[in-house]
Amino acid sequence: MYVKQISVFLENTTGTLAAMTGLLGKNGIDLIAMSIADTEHYGILRTIVSDTDKAVQVLKDAGYTVKLTDVLAVSVPDRPGGLNDVLEALADEEIGINYVYSFVRSTGNHAMVIFRVNNLEAAERLFAKHNVQVLSQEQVRGL
Amino acid sequence: MIKHNIWNPAAECMPREQIRAIQLKRLQSVVRRVYDNVPLYRGRMDEKGVKPEDIRTLEDLKYLPFTQKTDLRDEYPTGLFAAPRKEIVRIHGSSGTTGKPILAGYTRNDLENWSEMMARTLGAAGATEDDTIQIAYGYGLFTGGLGAHQGATRVGATVVPISSGNTARQIMLMKDLGTTMLCCTPSYATHIGETIQEMGIPLSDLKLRAGCFGAEPWTEAMRQRIEELLGIKAMDIYGLTEICGPGVAYECMMQHGMHINEDHVIAEIIDPITEEPLPYGEKGELVFTTISKEGMPMLRYRTHDLCQLNAEPCECGRTFVRMNRIMGRTDDMLIIRGVNVFPSQIETVLVSIDGLAPHYMIEVDRKGTTDSVEIQVEVNEGVFTDTVGQLEGMKKQISERIKSVVGISANIKLVAPKSIPRSEGKAKRVIDKRKL
Repeated sequence: MYVKQISVFLENTTGTLAAMTGLLGKNGIDLIAMSIADTEHYGILRTIVSDTDKAVQVLKDAGYTVKLTDVLAVSVPDRPGGLNDVLEALADEEIGINYVYSFVRSTGNHAMVIFRVNNLEAAERLFAKHNVQVLSQEQVRGL
Repeated sequence: MIKHNIWNPAAECMPREQIRAIQLKRLQSVVRRVYDNVPLYRGRMDEKGVKPEDIRTLEDLKYLPFTQKTDLRDEYPTGLFAAPRKEIVRIHGSSGTTGKPILAGYTRNDLENWSEMMARTLGAAGATEDDTIQIAYGYGLFTGGLGAHQGATRVGATVVPISSGNTARQIMLMKDLGTTMLCCTPSYATHIGETIQEMGIPLSDLKLRAGCFGAEPWTEAMRQRIEELLGIKAMDIYGLTEICGPGVAYECMMQHGMHINEDHVIAEIIDPITEEPLPYGEKGELVFTTISKEGMPMLRYRTHDLCQLNAEPCECGRTFVRMNRIMGRTDDMLIIRGVNVFPSQIETVLVSIDGLAPHYMIEVDRKGTTDSVEIQVEVNEGVFTDTVGQLEGMKKQISERIKSVVGISANIKLVAPKSIPRSEGKAKRVIDKRKL
């Protein structure tokens, strides 16, 4: 049960991020989670949105370079060491994390975290074994 | 079996001795014409002590003076015309961007000959009266549009004189009319191909079969890209306003060098420094003498294009000598930290990276006493990955290949798609900010 993440190439200049988020906002697309990997000259924006297909279309039409990536949306207990339990379990199974970022929103006593790992299937099996809740695209959208 | 379509076999396949005989006769007549009618040629020939009657063999060509683009600028507008104004029926001009254009005048015979040269060019790409040829070169003073137009008309094809620009409309007509051949600059052909891909139009909706592309230097890698994007055979053609326009030389189906229309021009390769003629096969500067032109003949015009001539017989049956792909410009050559760099070398490297589009800009600057080179490359979907590590890896791969092929260290800057200006004419690839 993976979630589709949209990655967008952005030049690292003033206003490029605002132009992009403005475009999504204007089209009624909600940003549910996001993170930016930045370098001196460019950045990669990664985001989970309320309407993936529409967002991809809107961005492509506006000339952005866009890529879809499967990620895991994981519900982690919101207590000290909550995330650590999950990370240690991944490390024990030797599953590498490409990147991880947390949600803009959270639910009750759980924090939402996005994982991109080098072995999605293994990570998903592991989470199931440890009773770590993994969310579907539908559930994420409903947050 | 490759099928060779030859528009004028009597001319294009004539024996070498016959070509040489025609060349000598026409050379003698053109030298007489310019000596009698153009003060600049008379002055230069007198200076060298050469009279028209001194040209007794083709080898005597080397005694004639060179001409340069600066001569055309100095003699603007019509100082090099060798026919009375009432015989000049057309003016064309360079697409030059600085100062005054250079102009060329054509007599009725000149237009006839040019049409013939261009008909051979299109014919070699397979054109017949059954074709629909879309001319997406600019029409106007620039020779590309009307030059290709006249050739296509001579062949008897259905001509679509759409000119350059308005890519969506180009594609619409291409689809609706079942266009079979396209004539434009290679960078515009790439742009049309990319647009077709973006619009999601399957190639099976198009009847495109071949294209004749010229007016700017391009590479073998760019040819492959165009052939893939448009599903066609992409032919390299060569021409310049000073000589007539497109149609000076053209590829045949072998796609291995461009046959020079030797009954209308004589090509030489010279050492650009010593100005001495070089034998076939040597790399040097291409020099043309027009031998059938009346309006504005050129003696030993220095093109500043670097290439080689190939006199080996061609499998297609044509006997005209071939010039290979232009390897660079003697005047566009950049000297970076003492290394001679041709933008085409950098392009070859970029297109060799899987998925990378051939849109790039080379920016040269000097900090203190050291030259710095930045190459801007567009990140399109073909190369975009969502981790910084992979993008940085690609940058490293590009700069390593440039280091090994071109011999310079360059900073690679990834930029957003479509942020490098697209040209519908000649692409601008270099910004040199150095104050030398």
